[in-house]
Amino acid sequence: MEIPPYTNGDGDGRALDDRRSYGSHLNSYPGRLFIVEGIDGSGKSTQLSLLAEWLRSEGYPVLFSEWNSSPIVKQTTSRGKKRQLLSPLTFSLIHATDFADRMEREILPALKAGAVVLADRYVYTAFARDVTRGVDPAWVRSLYRFAVTPTQTFYFRVPLEVALRRILAGRPRLKYYEAGMDLGLAPDAQQSYRMFQSRILDEYETLVREFGLGVMDATKPVEGQQRILRRAIEPHLVGLRRERGLYEEV
Amino acid sequence: MRKFETYGGALPGLNLDELSGWLIVIEGTDGAGRTTHVNRLRSQLGRLGYAVAETGLTRSDLASKGIRRAKEGNTLGSDAFNLFYATDFADRLERQIVPALRAGFVMLTDRYTYSLIARAIVRGADPDWIKQVYSFSLKPDAVFYLRIEAQDLVPRVLASGGFDYWESGMDLPMGNDLYESFIHYQSRVIQELDSLAREFRFETLEATRPVDEVSDDLFRLVSSILQSGPREIDDEGGRPMESVHPKERCF
Repeated sequence: MEIPPYTNGDGDGRALDDRRSYGSHLNSYPGRLFIVEGIDGSGKSTQLSLLAEWLRSEGYPVLFSEWNSSPIVKQTTSRGKKRQLLSPLTFSLIHATDFADRMEREILPALKAGAVVLADRYVYTAFARDVTRGVDPAWVRSLYRFAVTPTQTFYFRVPLEVALRRILAGRPRLKYYEAGMDLGLAPDAQQSYRMFQSRILDEYETLVREFGLGVMDATKPVEGQQRILRRAIEPHLVGLRRERGLYEEV
Repeated sequence: MRKFETYGGALPGLNLDELSGWLIVIEGTDGAGRTTHVNRLRSQLGRLGYAVAETGLTRSDLASKGIRRAKEGNTLGSDAFNLFYATDFADRLERQIVPALRAGFVMLTDRYTYSLIARAIVRGADPDWIKQVYSFSLKPDAVFYLRIEAQDLVPRVLASGGFDYWESGMDLPMGNDLYESFIHYQSRVIQELDSLAREFRFETLEATRPVDEVSDDLFRLVSSILQSGPREIDDEGGRPMESVHPKERCF
């Protein structure tokens, strides 16, 4: 399979013109919102933290927001996971709750303050996972209507085997939902994980076309990817407030 | 054949044909007498031989604790709160309501999605959005709306321990006066419930009348619904009564 190079999607969710769905809350705030998406082992988190470091060193105020990290909601999510209480529907809703909390308390205020917001996973993670679990695609898109559309989304495209090698090399103990065991695909966690990730990968490809996500070739060397990422982001930084520039030229 | 349906969305993995039973909803604001009437109905129907089950808001295994914690701190944003309630509702729908209906129970529900939709709208949620969120919910056989004016709620609320922070809408910018905020907030909720009552064809009962009178009406109305008989289950895998193990004694 030939993997196309990074392509510049519009990233504003234009594919959806339905006002009742995700894509209607445009970013009219001074800040910028950049998203990395991709399956486990695609290397997106590494790239995002490198990007954060660089942006900070350039003097931009950066806010980092991670999937499934709301301090209040997280307890319920992990309780549901530990006791295997979650169905596809409640799995979807509790993650939307977590996301809504971060949207209201982290992402929106930072965008209003003119910061660069970096999010490791965004609504597309929910679209890919929940639909794989059997949730109605139109419903989950309307569920996330409140989400601000990103300035740019980077989808880290990686062949399944490469991602699996990166993740499974350490022989991790895969958790029940992480391995997609709730779908009953296979009795063995590793085998279930493979099948689950492969389906999610297919969903992501649908999302790339639907939302015009920017695609990163995640098989490239780390530095190469980072260079592409920075180059893609730079034009969007024009006009943003910086702290250091004031002193640098003295 | 009568069949359950949803409000347009889908409940992942559920075959609606498997559900029989009845879903009866009692709606109304706090202090309208819902709990009293649910309890009465429960014992009246039980005496008639119906298997009755009951559920109410924030009673899920999954989310009730989390919601309580979030309320204590008043730290969750309003969209997040709305979705937390939706999570709680979905958990109860799938793990309490659906199993009871599958088993042919009369499921009495002390408030359903409508109260949650009304609260959400009063707190600024887009009505289309929040209705769409709940589109996976089952259409009940009937919704009985115990209607009362905010002013008439006051003595009942005082008798049961005074004004609650959330039921007074103190999280909303309605002023610092608990009484005024309560009246304002409850009036807004009642206004939204009235509008939902028209949209979803609730059976409205004037809740300021004597309890026995309301209770008699409710019992009469619910009984007439139950007389329509249970839904026929279209379940290929289900065993008909005749195929019980031959060694079992059948009466």
